[in-house]
Amino acid sequence: MSKYLYYPGCSMEGSGKAYHNSLMPVCEKIGLELQEIDDWNCCGATEYLGINKIPAYALIGRNLALAEAQSNGAQDIVAPCSACYLNLTKIDSYMAKKNGVDELINDALSAGGLSYEPGQLGIHHLLDLIVYEIGLDTVKEKVVRPLTGLRVAPYIGCMAPRYDYAKRWSDSEHPLELDWLLGALGAEVVDYPLKTHCCGGHMPQIGPDTAYELIHRLVDYAEEVKTDIMVAVCPMCQMNIDAYQNETNQHLGTKHKMPIVFFTQLMGLAFGMRERDLGFGSELVSAKEAIQKIGSEVPKKKRKKKDKFALPMPHPLGNGILKNGTNGKELILPTEGRARGGRA
Amino acid sequence: MSHLAPQTEKNFKLMEQVAQKTGSDSKLETCIQCGTCGGSCPSAMDMEHTPRKLFALLRAGEREEVLSSNTPWVCVSCYFCAVRCPQEIKIPDVMYTLKSMAVAEGAYRDSTASDFSRTFVSMVENYGRSYELGLATRHYLRHFPLRLPSMAPMGIGLLSKKRLNLKPKKIQGIKQLNAILDRAKELEAA
Repeated sequence: MSKYLYYPGCSMEGSGKAYHNSLMPVCEKIGLELQEIDDWNCCGATEYLGINKIPAYALIGRNLALAEAQSNGAQDIVAPCSACYLNLTKIDSYMAKKNGVDELINDALSAGGLSYEPGQLGIHHLLDLIVYEIGLDTVKEKVVRPLTGLRVAPYIGCMAPRYDYAKRWSDSEHPLELDWLLGALGAEVVDYPLKTHCCGGHMPQIGPDTAYELIHRLVDYAEEVKTDIMVAVCPMCQMNIDAYQNETNQHLGTKHKMPIVFFTQLMGLAFGMRERDLGFGSELVSAKEAIQKIGSEVPKKKRKKKDKFALPMPHPLGNGILKNGTNGKELILPTEGRARGGRA
Repeated sequence: MSHLAPQTEKNFKLMEQVAQKTGSDSKLETCIQCGTCGGSCPSAMDMEHTPRKLFALLRAGEREEVLSSNTPWVCVSCYFCAVRCPQEIKIPDVMYTLKSMAVAEGAYRDSTASDFSRTFVSMVENYGRSYELGLATRHYLRHFPLRLPSMAPMGIGLLSKKRLNLKPKKIQGIKQLNAILDRAKELEAA
């Protein structure tokens, strides 16, 4: 087992839970021991940097300082989120230049009793760690259910391979690491030239028209090359393409229905793990049809059993009670079906 | 002694100021106006000025035009321009600088983007972590109330799939973090 310091990032506790839930068993399987950095804070994403530079750098610096202090035999830091990875490597490399930035950040950190010496720990994205440190041979050895016949689009996104401060990727515009990995799992990797194009980043929040257009381009091309499923390495990419696809359809009059999951979820499937342990079913555009191609099923949502001793209260969006009040017309509940883009 | 009017003098210093705030190796002054940045930019179509134009305005000292431009706010930080720029200008960093200057001077025309950044920052300063539900609710209610009906299925979908936490998570070292950020703000102002 090689031990690494794990920097999850905020998305992994919320919108990107499926990533966290799948990478945990997958990492264990391939001999990666992850030690979560205790009391880590948000990396600031792309927002803090545009408000206040030095505080944004210091925010990231605190995570690096905590990691260094807690390293205890662990070699390096690994971040699964591309935006976190970019921020961590960026500040580490800026500090390593020793042109005054390091002094400013350390001055700020000292107010909290911390310090950081750049270059002490390597910083990896989970994908580069698996491809280059664990190796594709180890991955292949663990495959018990190859993803044969599944057409996957390797959507690596922008922030892992760019700006590549840590110099880890085969190319900043057309990197091949995700293609290699998915190939090692037995999948049919489609040629996807948009692989490092932007998912829209924060644009769904500040300029939705821009975001819809970017999401549309990515999904449209994937559909054109007959992709069954897109594969992400970043929670923001997954969130934008998955959660805003329905809104994009409504806005542009398109009928996209392209599922996107994390590469660790497909690794887990190939390793023979159960779908429900890999976060399947939490995507809004269902991956059901896609993974059925390799004989997998998306787990059904568990229904809560009725509590026999509960008081007889009407169910808030209840099945029986409300339905009867709608003149026999079925009440359309805002459930999974609609979120998936049912309004054509 | 300068023979220029004080305002003109201030404008001429714009490029210098932005470069200096961005960092010693921003290389902003070396822009050759080739336009590779705008040609590579995925959101250029929604920008009032492509990065190239913006840098030309910067050089011309068009302070108001530059600081009120939506360009830095529409930048998605994808770094396409940065890896392609023949002069290796740190374009995303320049965009961050322009945003922070626009916020400090209240120079932006539309507050949607700057409010989003500020709400995000306030979440981080209060909790130490991002709080997606609070951020989204506050932001969408304020800036996109009309979008809410079309977004409801997504919100409900994310909630029912437990992809949005109802409560924020606060880190233990929140006081330590704020001490660090306060000191950093002093250093920034110095």
